[in-house]
This record gives sequence, structure tokens and C-alpha cells, in this order.
Amino acid sequence: MSTHDHTEEHHTGLRVYAAVCLALFVLTAVTVYVAKFDFGDFNIVVAMLIASIKASIVALYFMHLKFEDKLTWIYALYPLFLLFLLIGFTIMETFTRVPVIK
Amino acid sequence: MANGVMTQTQHIPYLAQKGLKSWILTTDHKRIGILYLVTISFFFMIAGLAALGMRYELMTPELDFFRTATEYNVAFTLHGSLMVFFFIVPGIAASFGNFLIPLMIGARDVAFPRINLLSFWIYLVGTAILLSALAQPADTGWTFYTPYSIQTGTKVIMITLGVFVLGFSSILTGMNFIVTIHKLRAPGMTWSRLPLFIWASYATAILQLLATPVVGITLLLLIAERAFDIGFFDPAKGGDPILFQNFFWFYSHPAVYIMVIPAFGIISEIIPVFARKPIFGYKAIAYSSFAIAIISFFVWLHHMFVSGISETAAAIFSFLTMLVAIPTAVKVFNWTATLYKGSIDFHSSMLYALSFIVLFTVGGLTGVYLGALAVDVHLHDTYFIVAHMHYVMIGGTVMGFFGALHFWYQKWFGKVFDELTAKVAWFLIFVGFNVTFFPQFFMGFQGMPRRYATYPEEYISYHSLSTYGSWILGLGILIMTVNLLIPLWKKGRPESSNPYGSLSLEWQVPSPPPHENFDEIPTVTDWTYSYGKNRSEANAKK
Repeated sequence: MSTHDHTEEHHTGLRVYAAVCLALFVLTAVTVYVAKFDFGDFNIVVAMLIASIKASIVALYFMHLKFEDKLTWIYALYPLFLLFLLIGFTIMETFTRVPVIK
Repeated sequence: MANGVMTQTQHIPYLAQKGLKSWILTTDHKRIGILYLVTISFFFMIAGLAALGMRYELMTPELDFFRTATEYNVAFTLHGSLMVFFFIVPGIAASFGNFLIPLMIGARDVAFPRINLLSFWIYLVGTAILLSALAQPADTGWTFYTPYSIQTGTKVIMITLGVFVLGFSSILTGMNFIVTIHKLRAPGMTWSRLPLFIWASYATAILQLLATPVVGITLLLLIAERAFDIGFFDPAKGGDPILFQNFFWFYSHPAVYIMVIPAFGIISEIIPVFARKPIFGYKAIAYSSFAIAIISFFVWLHHMFVSGISETAAAIFSFLTMLVAIPTAVKVFNWTATLYKGSIDFHSSMLYALSFIVLFTVGGLTGVYLGALAVDVHLHDTYFIVAHMHYVMIGGTVMGFFGALHFWYQKWFGKVFDELTAKVAWFLIFVGFNVTFFPQFFMGFQGMPRRYATYPEEYISYHSLSTYGSWILGLGILIMTVNLLIPLWKKGRPESSNPYGSLSLEWQVPSPPPHENFDEIPTVTDWTYSYGKNRSEANAKK
């Protein structure tokens, strides 16, 4: 029933954790640095992209998702699908509105 | 169906330990189930009294029971918020889920007993915050819609904070049940042998785990909006009030299924036992719970057809809404087919199960009216919605809850209630419920809006009838409660630990069960529903 037990041995050592920590600091600095530039409508996209990379490496290494079984991956990824569903349909609804008062 | 179960003489019942500490620090899933049962029943009573007050007010068209319309608004906010967030969402899932899941799958407890207790304590913190909010309660209704919830002078933050905290309890419980069902099933308890209540609990747990965070964030945004005037939902500051509704219903429609799917599981357990027949369409019933859980995330906009949303989105969601009817109907047809040519015993729990099928079908079919775009424009925010919602919530979930109380009462408490009184109570509840809510379909169709303390004279006969019905319903629930409470103070044990001849694992242990359920973890060798025929034949047919 379980595929969890054998995964313990794959857990990463201190060096990888330190590298991930460093990457997070660097990406934070990048976030601050790019805030000086105006990308117009893409400001939010750039900020979210960097934040997503940071969240992903935290989930993969600090939360050990990289070493988990398929079921855990399904539970980790399905909420992302729901997030896209919520944002996607909400944006679709907003942009297809016909203004009553012009 | 299993080896390793206990005999009556071997065990110390889980209820044997006395004292407050044995309750507040318990990690026994059965005791935690009782803690939930007592707490949700308390809130059910408070919310029910608020409902009786509202119905009494509506006996006459004028404002006479409450002093102001705001007081009436507070009463329906209290009724809706308590019933939804403090009774019906945690209701069956937390109380019966806790009691039954480990017993049914052959485990000693849930996967994380301490987190289980933490869930309950978080639930209590949420309720404490809510109770503190009752000094100056909100008047927004249970949906906390913006912009009113931002503008009203009543205290909205405390009640939403209570619901926000409550969400963590729901998430932890869902996570605990998912891990328990995956990791702690007894040997031989394969997915195709799982009781249908477990399938239903699993589908519910997915919704609890994945949908609840959305309402948490939504309420946090609302709190931030009121406290700091940020403008998420304010058009003057670039926000959108409909955004709140999108977020709110993205959780709250799946939440409807958090409320009702556990009841589906209960009905699937009760009917085969009292029809003495294998459940018809086992896999269809099991998978349909998942289908409902998945589809429930695709329909939320049907709550907003008249909120000013785009016609394109409304048309798409009207179509998607109809999809829910398919897996729901699969269940109803399979339960009905299970009854066909069965040897039916009209035990009180079976009466509740049969009521569930009838009333939930009415609730479900009237939901199809409301999913139809053009019809919804006419019926939205009328008493038709009130009736539909109560046919689903009371006719569905509460009937399932009452059925479960009667079915597992002996197992849970090791006591016996009076069956005749239980049937009288059921009759009053069934009649009272229909007299209360059926007239509301008619007055809704004729345009009576919901959430009004006063109304035109032409609706007085419907409203009066509905109020009389609420008294019958209240009397029935009172009799049922007394009938279930009295045996708890009487001595004596049931004659049998399995009085209904159930094949499910929880009935193979003594009543009440021992502390860790099983002497040895049982090995399951058969399907749970092989009633009334040769076991291997039933297995083959499944």
C-alpha cells in the first residue's frame, strides 16, 4: 500500500538545502531588482513567475515533494488546476461582460 | 466477513473512562466523534430556535415578533451561518466520519489521532469566536456578500473570523481521513470492498482539503477590506464586488457536496441492511461520489446568474450545472433498484433513508429548475430557493444524519432507544418538514422574495401554513432528541452487538466498541454487501 518508506533514503543533504536557500535569497534579490523596471501589463506576470519558481523549489526540496509518490503529486498539482479554473473562468466572465451603462 | 474481531466479554468499552480530562485530551476517534456530535447538535438547536423565531415572525405580514427588520436579518444570518458552517459542514463528516471510518476499514484509529484532536480544538476556537460575535451579530446572511458586508454597521469581522478559523479544522479532518483511508485499511479491505460510506467520506475529504482554503482566503480578503479599506471588492478603487461572489461560490458550491455526500454514504449503508439485498450498482455509487466532487468545482457561477455576470459565462455554467444531475441520479436509481424485490424492514433508520430518497429527489429536481438560466431569473432570491435548499439540506443531509443516529446509536452508545417513539418522531418530522417547505415553492413561484420580515397580504396563507409546519417539525425533533437522550442515563446493554445483521466491520465488534476497536486487525475476505444470498454468488455478481 505504501511507497513512502523507501523514499527516506533519497532525501537530500545539507549541501542541497544550502543551495536551495541561496537560490531563494538570489530570487528575492531578483524580485526587488526587476521591480525597478516597468514591464507595463507584464509587471504582475514577471513578479508571479519569480514567486512561482521560489514556491516550486520550496515544495520540491524543503517539502520533499521531489521524492514523493504519484498520489502525493496528484494532491499537490490538483489545487493548481483548481486555481487556474478559478482564475480562468473568473477572467472569462469578467471580459465577456457587456456593459449596460456606457 | 472477517477474522480477528472481538467477542462481547473481552473488551473494556471506549466509554468506560470517566472525567473531563478523559474527554478533552482524548485521541480516540470515537470519543472525538462524540465531541463533534454534541457540539454540532448544540449549534443545530440554537440555529433551529432562530428558525422558529423567523417562522413565528412570518405568521403575519407585519413586523410583530422582532422589534426591527435588522433583528430579523440578524436572526436569519445566525440561522444560516450556524447551520451551514457549524452544523451541516462539519456535521456528518466529522461526527460519523470520525466514529465510523477506522471501524469500517478495520483500523485502530485515524492516521493522525493528535491532529484529529487538534481539529476539534480548532473547531472549538472557531465556535468561541463566533459565540463572542453574537453580542453584536452581523446581518449579512450566511453568504457575506459585498458590498453590503463592507458597508453594514453590524459586526462582520468576528463572525467571518470564526468561519475562517473553522476552515482549518475542516482541512485537517479531510487530510486525516484521506491518509487514514489510504494507509490504514485492514488486509483484504480492497478499494472494491470498501463500504460506500468510506467512498463518500473520501470524496468529501477531497473537497474539504482542496476547496476550504478558497473560502478562507475569501473571508480574509473581506476582513482586510473592512479593516483596511483596500478596495478588492470596491469598483471605485478598481475592485469588483462580483469577485467576492466568484471566490465565495467557488468554495461554497463544493461545500454543498461536503454537506450532502456523507449523507449519500449513510443511505448506501442503511438501505441494503434493511432491504436485505446487496447494494445495486456498487461501483456506480462509489464512482459517482467522485464525479460529483469533481463536477462541483465547475458550476459555481449558477449562484450568480442575476448578479450582473456575462451572458456567455451564464450560458456555459447553466449547461455545466446540468451535469451534476447525472451522477446524483445514478445514486438515486441505484438505491431504488436495491429496494426492488427487497425484504424491507421499516426500522426508524430505514424510514429516514426512504424519506431521504423522496425529499432529496424533490430538492435535486427543483435544482434543475434553478440551473436553467431563464427560469432562474424569475426564481432567484425567492422562497423557491429557500424551499429547494432546505429540501436538499434537511430532506437530504439532515434526514441522512437522523437516519445515521438511529442506525448506529446502539453501536455508538451501547444503548437501545424506543423504536415506536422513534417512528412517531420520524412521522412528525417528515410531515412537519413538508408542511413547512412545500408551500414555499408556491409562494416563491408567485414572487415572494426571501429575507424579508414583512410581506403583502396575499402570501399570508402560505406563510401561516409554513409556520404551523415548523412547529410540527420542531415537535418531532424534540421527541426524537428526548427519545435518544433518555436511554443514555439508563442502565443496560443491547442484547446483540449486531441487531440488524449488518455485514460491515463496525458491527462485528461489541457495542460500544473497545478503546482500540479490534484485538487483532481483521483480515477481510468478503464484500460488505452480500446480503440475502450466497456470499460468493454476490461477489461474482458485483
